[in-house]
Amino acid sequence: MKRRTGAVLGLLMAISLLTGCHGRQFEDTFTMPAQFDESRQIELTFWAKNDTNKTQREIYDRAIEGFEALYPNVTVTMRLYNDYGKIYNDVITNISTGTTPNVCITYPDHIATYLTGSGTVMPLDELMEDADYGLGGAALRYDAPTTAQIIPEYLEEGKIGEHYYALPFMRSSEACYVNKTYVEALGYTLPETLTWDFVWEVSEKAMAKNPDGTFQINGQQVMIPFIYKSTDNMMIQSLAQLNAPYSEADGTVSLFQEETTGVLTSVAEHAKSGAFSTFKISGYPANFLNAGQCIFAVDSTAGSTWMGSDAPLVDIAEEKIVDFETAVMTVPQYDPADPKMISQGPSVCIFRKSDPQEVLASWLFVQYLLTDEIQIAYSETEGYVPVTSKARETDEYQEYLSLAGSDGDAHYRVKIDAVKLLMEHTADTFVTPVFNGSASLRDAAGQLIENVTKAVRRNKTVDEAFIRDLYEEVQALYHLDQSGLGASGQEQELGELPNESVGLIVLLLGAWCVIAAVAIRDWLKKRKE
Amino acid sequence: MKKALALMLTMGLALSLAACGSKADGNAKSEGVMTYAEYAAADLDAEVVIEAYVQAKQSWWDNKATIYTQDQDGAYFIYEMACSEDEYEKLTTGTKIKVSGVKAEWSGEVEIAEATFEIEDGNYVATAVDATDLLGKDELIDLQNQLVSFTDMTVEAIAYKNDEPGDDIYVTLSKDGNNYEFCLEYYLNGSDEEFYNLVGSLEAGQVVDVEGFLYWYEGMNPHITKVTVK
Repeated sequence: MKRRTGAVLGLLMAISLLTGCHGRQFEDTFTMPAQFDESRQIELTFWAKNDTNKTQREIYDRAIEGFEALYPNVTVTMRLYNDYGKIYNDVITNISTGTTPNVCITYPDHIATYLTGSGTVMPLDELMEDADYGLGGAALRYDAPTTAQIIPEYLEEGKIGEHYYALPFMRSSEACYVNKTYVEALGYTLPETLTWDFVWEVSEKAMAKNPDGTFQINGQQVMIPFIYKSTDNMMIQSLAQLNAPYSEADGTVSLFQEETTGVLTSVAEHAKSGAFSTFKISGYPANFLNAGQCIFAVDSTAGSTWMGSDAPLVDIAEEKIVDFETAVMTVPQYDPADPKMISQGPSVCIFRKSDPQEVLASWLFVQYLLTDEIQIAYSETEGYVPVTSKARETDEYQEYLSLAGSDGDAHYRVKIDAVKLLMEHTADTFVTPVFNGSASLRDAAGQLIENVTKAVRRNKTVDEAFIRDLYEEVQALYHLDQSGLGASGQEQELGELPNESVGLIVLLLGAWCVIAAVAIRDWLKKRKE
Repeated sequence: MKKALALMLTMGLALSLAACGSKADGNAKSEGVMTYAEYAAADLDAEVVIEAYVQAKQSWWDNKATIYTQDQDGAYFIYEMACSEDEYEKLTTGTKIKVSGVKAEWSGEVEIAEATFEIEDGNYVATAVDATDLLGKDELIDLQNQLVSFTDMTVEAIAYKNDEPGDDIYVTLSKDGNNYEFCLEYYLNGSDEEFYNLVGSLEAGQVVDVEGFLYWYEGMNPHITKVTVK
């Protein structure tokens, strides 16, 4: 099965998130060493993620090689994954056995769960601020970025509670890849910013058919004008654009409310006509887009090399690819004057170890991943942007951007357009609060759209009663109706003890009193004798 | 003599009827269950109920099983069917099951999704149908998900997913100058080390016979289960 494995593992991740995390408690015993000890050998393990992209692996290899050359006493062993969910599952397994990696590519949502009840992830504050080994520190053997040179919006995403637990490694967002040729053939002109109204209107118009049952716009049997890859993002961004509540940092869940119902009602209307579908229901948006069977394909900017007639990566037969012009636009907006788009992409964290030198070596490696060479090389593999202004401002990176469209591979126009879009909209990006359970909530947000879409395709009536039942079902499925959610990195208020527990404690105390009374009586009796 | 002949003819007729009856029973459907033809004709997103026999198990996780099933008329790919781990153990090759779910299509692969099942009495193990002559023809899709074989194919290329062993292997085979994509689906048979190594070590130019389930991903993409190097 060529690419669906990722979806399976994504679901696996969602389920496993519910299992919680029961690692042993680490005490906060880390003391920043005054000096990095280069007299002894240090072995680091690095769990990384790539996008089934050979070049990305080569860049990781190059990073390790370069780092080991600078610090010959450190050896870095990499384990490569192509799915965040699998990394997450392996970390959870290894927390319980005390065998976590030293450095790990991850999402802040996952760190929030790692932190729950275990404290296995290193807070980075002290390391970041150290004059010698901190960000841009004097004793570093490479040119690392300073704190100020990390894009502030991205830096803040790694802050959970009062501490930084992750640094950004790469950033992406979602883009809408548009078949501009078909939009214009339908009599429309693309606006400067896509709106939901525009996308729905064009999508509905594209559903017109010929007498033989084929679609007028493409002459084919298949046309799904609007396909969304990550429906969790679709819901989260919609709510953010509507300034509607979703969740709070303390774990408060606000997903199941009026504005969500409005979004679902709209989805139901257009899914019913066949104008909208999702990756989970129909397949990869890129495959439909490239076959001329989709007009608006929303996917990650990190998937931009799969998008368009001339995409360097394709999953469909050459003869199925249709020639069209691809426009790269922001995801549809409710208020084009105030666009909002989600920030996503890998971050990097360090797991706590008893040896401070091992932790320091990990930190040195993490900073090395933020150097210009690694940042620029990795970002060029896909629609990622470097997370430092330092890398972005280099002549090398500026030249890369300026060569957009000069070839169909390294400078593939759609990829660089996606990167430019993201850089232009850095200030419009947002993230959702991170807490233990926030990843489950994200999955629930997507599940609502999936279920509504499936329901109307199956001729079910999607009305208020249906949505009310759906809310209950999804809350139960993702355990959002339980009291297990809460802020990470801080003590949780657990409330009063249940009556049964109080009764048990009283019973135990009573039993101990009886035992003590009997023992004292026996002792007095012996003493008298 | 006449009596003996009459007796033999009668016995022969009885045996023939019994044989016919056996065959008919083997593929007979319970009340409310679709024939393969009815299933094939059903719309996407329609609720379907079928009876079929397990041919291979692909994966189980979180009480969901993905399996290949078949009856004498056609095949059904059951995607993430509700199934406990204990039940999954009972789904040995040939086991008859009744499946209720929704007919769906994902990237060209027609499957039964959101399914539930119950085990029934009966057993049937399909033999591979030689589909070599259907390569490149529209009729090939009629065999979707069935156990099929292709003979005298030439190896063109082998590629590991993620560029290293440990996941799917993409196998490009050719016939009469045309390339066709096959896949060793890791979840289906990646744990068979000998088979995984055999496929991973195939070299361009070798001629092979292959057998597998006719999975579909944007076109034919059989999940291979057997390779014979010639």
